[in-house]
Amino acid sequence: MKFIKSSLRNIRRSPYQAFAAVLIMMLTFLTISFFTFLLTGSSRVINFFESKPQVTAFFKNETKQNDINALESQVKNTGKVSSVRFVSKQEALKIYREQNKDDPLLLDLVTADILPASLEISTFKISDLSGISETLKGSPDVSEVIFQKDIVSTLVSWTAAVRKIGIGLIIVLSLVSTFIMITIIGIRISQRKEDIEIMRLIGASDWYIRWPFLFEGMFYAVIGAAIGWTIASLVLWYSTPFLSSFLRGIPILPVSPIFLFEVLLAELIFAMILGFLSSFLAVLRYLR
Amino acid sequence: MIKLDKVSKKFGTGVFGLADISLSVEKKEFVFLVGPTGSGKTTIFRLLIREILPTEGTVIVNDWDLTKLPKHQIPHLRKKIGVVFQDLKLLFDRTVFENVLMPLEVTGVRVEEAKQRVEEVLTQIGIIEHKDKFPIQLSGGELQRVAIARALVLSPQILLADEPTGNLDSATSWEIVKLLSDINEKGTTVIMATHNVDIVKNLSKRVIALEKGKLVRDDKVKKEENKK
Repeated sequence: MKFIKSSLRNIRRSPYQAFAAVLIMMLTFLTISFFTFLLTGSSRVINFFESKPQVTAFFKNETKQNDINALESQVKNTGKVSSVRFVSKQEALKIYREQNKDDPLLLDLVTADILPASLEISTFKISDLSGISETLKGSPDVSEVIFQKDIVSTLVSWTAAVRKIGIGLIIVLSLVSTFIMITIIGIRISQRKEDIEIMRLIGASDWYIRWPFLFEGMFYAVIGAAIGWTIASLVLWYSTPFLSSFLRGIPILPVSPIFLFEVLLAELIFAMILGFLSSFLAVLRYLR
Repeated sequence: MIKLDKVSKKFGTGVFGLADISLSVEKKEFVFLVGPTGSGKTTIFRLLIREILPTEGTVIVNDWDLTKLPKHQIPHLRKKIGVVFQDLKLLFDRTVFENVLMPLEVTGVRVEEAKQRVEEVLTQIGIIEHKDKFPIQLSGGELQRVAIARALVLSPQILLADEPTGNLDSATSWEIVKLLSDINEKGTTVIMATHNVDIVKNLSKRVIALEKGKLVRDDKVKKEENKK
């Protein structure tokens, strides 16, 4: 473990280079963490909607209960429907109250009158939703049909865009950090050129000389990854209350610590590979 | 033990560092390598530790043909040969103790064993009291001893000393030479490059003289010729 000691001495002697290396690695892994959270979150939201094939029909204010019942049985008779739930104006108000219980201003403004009654219809198969929604739209009493397939397809296209941006950004940042690491480890090697020559002359093997530099690169990457992950996790943790109210009803928050640690583990492994690879390139380039 | 056979070394500039040198050194011998600056003494040392390769001829050390030695074997060769470099090549950010410890670290000797060996060598060379000092705090003679200690710490079969008395006053020079001949008496082959005429004259050892890269005198050859 002698090489660890000599790496740490290098780091202590030129802290600015070490700082630059850790900082760029941190930036890379902060981005990786954020995009991991974002993409995992959105794919879970999509799963949630996909697992609940549902269409909601809102009724016009003047609709009579009889007409609603008639529509309900018409839908049921298709045989494609797994469940139908009627939400009356009062129930809608109750749900609204429950969702906004922390905000008295919103509660005061809303009464049962302005909230529409609705039917929440689930089908056995996601493909049956379009037919049901057409039936509902055909009814004169229905003011609006919310069809979750639209939400899912919007989400899917958004997620695909975010994924492309994320992957692009991560590739660019990984390349930038690799080049910066090669430069920094290269500077380290030039600073110790004389020492290296002496060590070679007294019989040091190539690997004996290389290890401290490789370890140094891995050290920067791992520290950077740990800091980046910590910042991203703290941001996620602090914004959980806000996000849960934004994503109300979709059970993806709070994020489980096991998931966070899995992300950390994967990032540390990636950091070690990245650190090793970039310092190895530097060693190949500058240590001949 | 050491054999140079028709060795020539031509440098990139076209200058011959060595021209057609043949010589051999037996086990436990003490040899002076003399000649003016630029005569090729250091070039011979650099060939012997395979820092450079000859342009022509073969260099054999301990049955190893250095011209054919694979690169990964070079560290093994260098561990068998202790070298006191002309410019010492000590690490100035490490203490005397750490400098002498370095070859043992490189070899992977266990820490406790290595430390004990360094203490032994520093005591033998007579600089144990300076072990925690940095090179910059030492005199020329003391630095020379540190370099010798580092060369000896792996108990090499061969010790190459390049101008070890170069910058020293005559009293200190004699101490260093005495030290080297003690080491030789304990069984190590010693080749010392020097241009200190006094020392060479006063010590009746084999002398190999070089001039402009050519061998101009080798006592051993002379003796053998006389025998004939």
